[in-house]
Amino acid sequence: MSIEIKNLHKSFGSTKILNGFSLDVKEGETLSVIGHSGAGKSVTLKTIIGLMHPDEGEVWVDGKNVFQLPREELYELRRQVGYVFQFAALFDSMSIRDNVAMGLRRIKTMTEGEIQHRVSASLYLVDLVGSEDRRPSELSGGMKKRAGLARAIATQPKYLLYDEPTSGLDPVTTTTIDELIKRMSDELKVTGIVVTHDMTSAYRISDRIAMLHEGSIKFVGTPDEIRASEDPVVKGFVEGRPEIANRALA
Amino acid sequence: MARIHYGEEDPGFKLQDLTTPIRSVGHGVLAAVQSVGKGSFLAVRAVRTLKQVDIWAPRFVPLLVSIGIASIPIALFILMFTGVVLAIQASYTFTGTVPKYFVGALVGKTVILELGPVLTGLALAGRVGASIASELGSMRVTEQIDALESLAYDPVAYLVVPRVLAGMIMFPVITVFSLTIGVAAGWLTSMAMLDMSSAVFVKGLKLFFDPYDIQFALIKAWSFGLVVTGVGCFYGFNTTGGAEGVGYATTRAVVVGSMIILVLDAFWAATLL
Repeated sequence: MSIEIKNLHKSFGSTKILNGFSLDVKEGETLSVIGHSGAGKSVTLKTIIGLMHPDEGEVWVDGKNVFQLPREELYELRRQVGYVFQFAALFDSMSIRDNVAMGLRRIKTMTEGEIQHRVSASLYLVDLVGSEDRRPSELSGGMKKRAGLARAIATQPKYLLYDEPTSGLDPVTTTTIDELIKRMSDELKVTGIVVTHDMTSAYRISDRIAMLHEGSIKFVGTPDEIRASEDPVVKGFVEGRPEIANRALA
Repeated sequence: MARIHYGEEDPGFKLQDLTTPIRSVGHGVLAAVQSVGKGSFLAVRAVRTLKQVDIWAPRFVPLLVSIGIASIPIALFILMFTGVVLAIQASYTFTGTVPKYFVGALVGKTVILELGPVLTGLALAGRVGASIASELGSMRVTEQIDALESLAYDPVAYLVVPRVLAGMIMFPVITVFSLTIGVAAGWLTSMAMLDMSSAVFVKGLKLFFDPYDIQFALIKAWSFGLVVTGVGCFYGFNTTGGAEGVGYATTRAVVVGSMIILVLDAFWAATLL
């Protein structure tokens, strides 16, 4: 298993977000995590790279228990993980070029020429050539998302964690991002976890889809399996018909 | 013996009303203790990350400029007028038997020992402390600090260490300028407005001057630099929520930074003089 989540519990004050949540992500697969807003999907992603600590439970990445690692080893592990933030989280005091180069500058063996070459290649992949010297504030929402993606893929990570990579994007850009996620998986064998609300994207890019509901996993299966699911909560969510779940719960 | 039934006598009154102020004091004390704990943790982490020179060094020189050089005008402005006022007030106070040259003595001692470092520190708590807290706070709420972590940068080494070092170096430098302009303003005011010769003012200035006073002022300025930048980083780093959280962090950084400056001022006076 390349990413293994075991019995995660997380609360904020009296609100329980994760309630004994376990999930395995196989090497090279793209797994989408779906669920209602506030279900704990982003919390799960942040927990995987130790940005957030659970109240209980373990996360194993590459055979290492994330919460047991000394800080230096945790940073070493993070170099193998690319993280695409929901709102891009670009450094607003830097140009797009410097944003994308940030992760690369932590790789001591790379020369400045190699860094610039990798930056250009990453920006080319997300169709942002020509925006190198612009500041994040000069980009549209979709361009910011793509720049965030370029920053995450620039280091050629083994794992990619995407937090709603296509939310708020137009259909054409959404398709471009989906194709890029698919290429990362198919060609570079990157293991990916995608948190999304967008079922069209989830069907297009995922090897498996997991549904998070009330702090634990409600369903895990292939896109075809989730489409065929008769569970009212799953069916209600994927078809966008809350009345199915409400009727079953009544 | 008749028992008092509060509820019967005044239906609007609850025993809880009496305990509310006590509980809020308790919450305040707990929050303060928690802040001291978190602040100490951040300080220890900052010291430990000092060795990550490759992360903080490239940020250091630009911060020397933005924290230090850019703060000189406001510090000079404040001390210039302080020097003017001190000279006029000293002249007003020292009438009759007190010799005029005491104006120089009072301006020099007061500016160097007290007003120069403290007013500079308070001004910079507003300018530098607020700027650091709002910048780091915005970075926190927009997940930029998380992004740094995800890119394998220690955010304490990247954001906190260069700011605190720049503050510790530049506050004494700014204070030297402040002291100079404060005394010079008092001197020029004495000559231009108080009918005093330059020699008389300088005589008073030299009368009680001790080189240790400068050392004392610089030690205070160094500690104020540490406090203002450290408190700004602490509140910025621990910002929660959105714009409101950034505003709260900024206000707290200025208020707490200013309060600590005044406490430290008394501490240094009690221990070093």
